[in-house]
Amino acid sequence: MSSINQYIELYKENVEAVCGNSAGALNSARRSALEALDGASLPEKGDEDYEVTSLEDVFAPDYGVNVNRIDLGANPAEAFRCDVPNMSTCMYFLFNDAFHPGKNAANSLPEGVIIKSLKDAAAENADLVDEYYGRIASPDCKQTALNTLLAQDGIFVYVPDGVVMEKPIQLVNILNSGTPLMVNRRMLIVIGNNACARMLVCDHTQNCGVDYLNSQVVEIYAGENAVFDYYDIEDSSTGTNRVSSFYVRQQSGANLMIDGITLMNGFTRNNYVVDLAGSGTELHLYGMAMANGRRHIDNHTVVRHAAKGGRTDELFKYVLDENSVGSFSGLIQVCPGAEKTEAYQSNKNICASEGARMYSKPQLIIDCDDVKCSHGSSTGQLDQQALFYMRQRGIPEHEARLMLMQAFMNDVIAGVRMEALKDRLRHLVESRFAGNNSASCRSCSSTCHKQ
Amino acid sequence: MLDIKNLHAEIGGKEILKGINLTVRPGEVHAIMGPNGSGKSTLSAVLTGNPAYKVTEGEVTFYGKNLLEMSPEDRSHEGIFLSFQYPVEIPGVSMVNFMRAALNAKRKYYNQDPLSASDFLKLMREKRAIVQLDNKLASRSVNEGFSGGEKKRNEIFQMAVLEPRLSILDETDSGLDIDALRIVAEGVNKLKTDNNATIVITHYQRLLDYIKPDVVHVLYKGRIVKTAGPELALELEERGYDWIKEEVDNAK
Repeated sequence: MSSINQYIELYKENVEAVCGNSAGALNSARRSALEALDGASLPEKGDEDYEVTSLEDVFAPDYGVNVNRIDLGANPAEAFRCDVPNMSTCMYFLFNDAFHPGKNAANSLPEGVIIKSLKDAAAENADLVDEYYGRIASPDCKQTALNTLLAQDGIFVYVPDGVVMEKPIQLVNILNSGTPLMVNRRMLIVIGNNACARMLVCDHTQNCGVDYLNSQVVEIYAGENAVFDYYDIEDSSTGTNRVSSFYVRQQSGANLMIDGITLMNGFTRNNYVVDLAGSGTELHLYGMAMANGRRHIDNHTVVRHAAKGGRTDELFKYVLDENSVGSFSGLIQVCPGAEKTEAYQSNKNICASEGARMYSKPQLIIDCDDVKCSHGSSTGQLDQQALFYMRQRGIPEHEARLMLMQAFMNDVIAGVRMEALKDRLRHLVESRFAGNNSASCRSCSSTCHKQ
Repeated sequence: MLDIKNLHAEIGGKEILKGINLTVRPGEVHAIMGPNGSGKSTLSAVLTGNPAYKVTEGEVTFYGKNLLEMSPEDRSHEGIFLSFQYPVEIPGVSMVNFMRAALNAKRKYYNQDPLSASDFLKLMREKRAIVQLDNKLASRSVNEGFSGGEKKRNEIFQMAVLEPRLSILDETDSGLDIDALRIVAEGVNKLKTDNNATIVITHYQRLLDYIKPDVVHVLYKGRIVKTAGPELALELEERGYDWIKEEVDNAK
């Protein structure tokens, strides 16, 4: 029996609590989600695009779901500050899935910009949320339908036409619970025509001794000529299982940067589904994954060029150590009528140990003429000649290995479009490889807090 | 300083060095010449501890310490430097970080504090001048996109920074035009003192016009088959290696 069933049962038993503690579009979408899940099961290892990842297994444990919205007793704004030096941001928190604005966050927003609890928005800005909620999230994806069935809150970001946000939006997601917890986060982001915004999202786990299932769905709409950057940094814990689905739609001329970084995790599956619906779009889809121990990182991307003259630059890099497992499966589809498309996909990986495993499946499907496309994948070990060269100059082997791993990520970091974040990422990646938690994202908060 | 006794080494099960004996004293310059495939580069790899090679017999001591037991990095700290025939490109590692890591690792080995940023940069400036290395190269990734001549100059620059006691120059003249050769050779000569020594591995006499050897050895089929003064290099330039090969092969 599929592990979905326990969640359907839970939903049916608690339908009043689920809906009573949510609102509007979130509630009206549940019925069709329930239908989509009827008799369904989650992908298992060996299914297409799930070569090494079984979501059935990930959803099987008996997690609690906080349908009654009990305050789990922490104030994230007080407990946590996530700082990027030299960068001033509008900061918000999702504590599990409950929205909290950071200090002074609302004061600094340009006129017309809405950043609030998705639940509140569904009630207070019903027109907007109804128009966009659940429109591009695929009901055929069972984990997405499950999120739609159970999601009660999250964040709503709305940047109206023509508004340029100078300050980046920073969202700190925190998992915290005393007992195993499933969280169904939902994020809805709408960037209007000619609008411009940047968003930095950090995922953290506070009570690391507990197992979590973070099942989240992110929907991003980018209007004509919108420019939007979305940096997603996971710095969680060994007991954190993250199943995340991004759905993106870009209208003509929209220029997006989606950058998924897995610094520290337990199990991670990220789906990125990007619909380049309008002509002349530009997409930078980057990913960087670092794993050791028995961690598991699986990124799956689908980029659909539906109109003329779109450009995709996709690059995913992994460094796997010890017994970790990495997987990348990426598809770029150029539809009929999408002439003058330029699309490049690259996946490069290092297995730094004998026990590490990497699975890579780059794919291109081209259904029209006059396009420039390429895809490639390479997986190898650390460059032994470079390693010896460095050791000959006196650099200890351990340090030389770290320098090479870090250097390998350099071009992904170089692609970041925010200077302050670039420096921060270099530092985080360096500390990550050095196994130096004192410099990690997590404790940077406590240091800042003391100041 | 360096004593090599009956050194045998192999790679992939194939024996390349078949009993090398060599003694190098402070202040000396030794040239090791020989035809292709005679084992010259293998000797430099074995002395620096390249893990691709396996020593099967013999011993090597450096200032009385057993060199073969040391890691490549410790050999470097003890003062052995190899100027690579093919310097490795390391994309993403800047020259500055590379040299700082190398220098501070050596300082740590001798229980010294890391150099301050300003002292380090001052040192880099000084040493760059020795081989006229452009500041722009120093800010790039290690050897990435360097020309052949720039790579070799970069090797000598690193040698100047690390101040080794024994430098092994493996085919440092290969791929160099005559101006680059002069700059590199002058750099090596500037670094020469009575306390350090140099082993010059080369095919040709040309480099030895600039870096004058005290002793010339001919390596052939994994053994040193002839040792003489600098005049031997001139004779080899004139007559080639065939007469030596015949001498050796006939003696069997």
